[in-house]
Amino acid sequence: MNAARFLSIFISSVFIYNVILSRFLGLCPFIAISKETKPALAMSFAVTFVITMSSVITWLLYRFVLAPFGMMYLRTVCFILVIASFVQLVEMVIKKVSPATYRFFGIYLPLITTNCAVLGVAVLNIDMFFANGKAITGSFYYSLAQGLCVGMGFALAMVLMSGIRERLELCSIPRSLKEFPIVFIIASILSLSFMGFNGFRF
Amino acid sequence: MRNLLKEFLKGIIRENPTFVLALGLCPTLAVSVSVVNGLGMGMAASFVLLGSNCIIALIKNFIPDRIRIPCFIVVIASFVTIIELVLKAYSPVLDRALGIYVPLIVVNCIILGRAEAFASKHSVLKSLLDALGMGLGFTLALLLISGIREFFGSGKLMGHRFIAGMEPALLFIMPSGALLVIGLLLAFFNLFKKEKA
Repeated sequence: MNAARFLSIFISSVFIYNVILSRFLGLCPFIAISKETKPALAMSFAVTFVITMSSVITWLLYRFVLAPFGMMYLRTVCFILVIASFVQLVEMVIKKVSPATYRFFGIYLPLITTNCAVLGVAVLNIDMFFANGKAITGSFYYSLAQGLCVGMGFALAMVLMSGIRERLELCSIPRSLKEFPIVFIIASILSLSFMGFNGFRF
Repeated sequence: MRNLLKEFLKGIIRENPTFVLALGLCPTLAVSVSVVNGLGMGMAASFVLLGSNCIIALIKNFIPDRIRIPCFIVVIASFVTIIELVLKAYSPVLDRALGIYVPLIVVNCIILGRAEAFASKHSVLKSLLDALGMGLGFTLALLLISGIREFFGSGKLMGHRFIAGMEPALLFIMPSGALLVIGLLLAFFNLFKKEKA
């Protein structure tokens, strides 16, 4: 476990392999909820929280239940169930404890279950920080950091996109490009600019 | 008979999951670097769709309404595990190329969408045809996108070079190329829809 590894996790998951612009995970909320900055931010916070927590939970599940009993092949089934029930639990807790926060998140919380970034990061953590079913040194902290950084990368892309789309409202664009197509083309240009970070190699 | 044919055909063009319903875009964009990868992903997802649609249509009367989504997810995840193990055993190269996008078939919205919107309300035969049509539509869309990307991005098609001395535009096999291609294709299909209406 060393500091350089954490820095490399941060830079690669926020910039080089940005979840949305390079790995294409979590595209649905990126396209659907990026019309204005405020809901985009709410969604980003919710996603960051859920990704970080589910990274921790799935790591613990894999390390202490699946790996010791040799049931690694049940990974996909277990992870998706745990993530879905975790999101449900968070929703219930927030609704009870802080109705104001609940209203702020609105419908975005339940939507996260189907966000592929959450399961994607959980699987990625296992692929990167486990070798032959054994956790590498510092693996837990790396998973935690990766979850948090991927969430930040998601937030960055969401904020950039929603800022651009707010400006776009004032422009006249060809009829057939309206709504989805133009968003993809903007995302393509954003992704191109993120490729500049490819030079950072560790 | 006519009805059944309609269930099969609707997924291919009129309700194409990728271009018309805009579902399941994440794997579409990520794996469409080459035609072989696109075909592999399309077939894997079609298999899962076929299996889950049939099973869900069979057991739909036993699933309590309130917990139907978790039940659907378990069925889908089981089929994804099957395809994961099969790919690992018989085609390790394709498995490595598709990477984390194989387990991510679980959260492909096409599959859960069809389970919720179709298989939980219709008979097994109709669900089977629906899954076949939707799977074929998804695979065709993947073939189209990956064909364009591979042709322009690496100058080849299925690994064969067609135009001698063609300088490939690397942009197309990079992530931003995927977004550009799908954006332009969606715009193209929009144009077509407008003219018809």
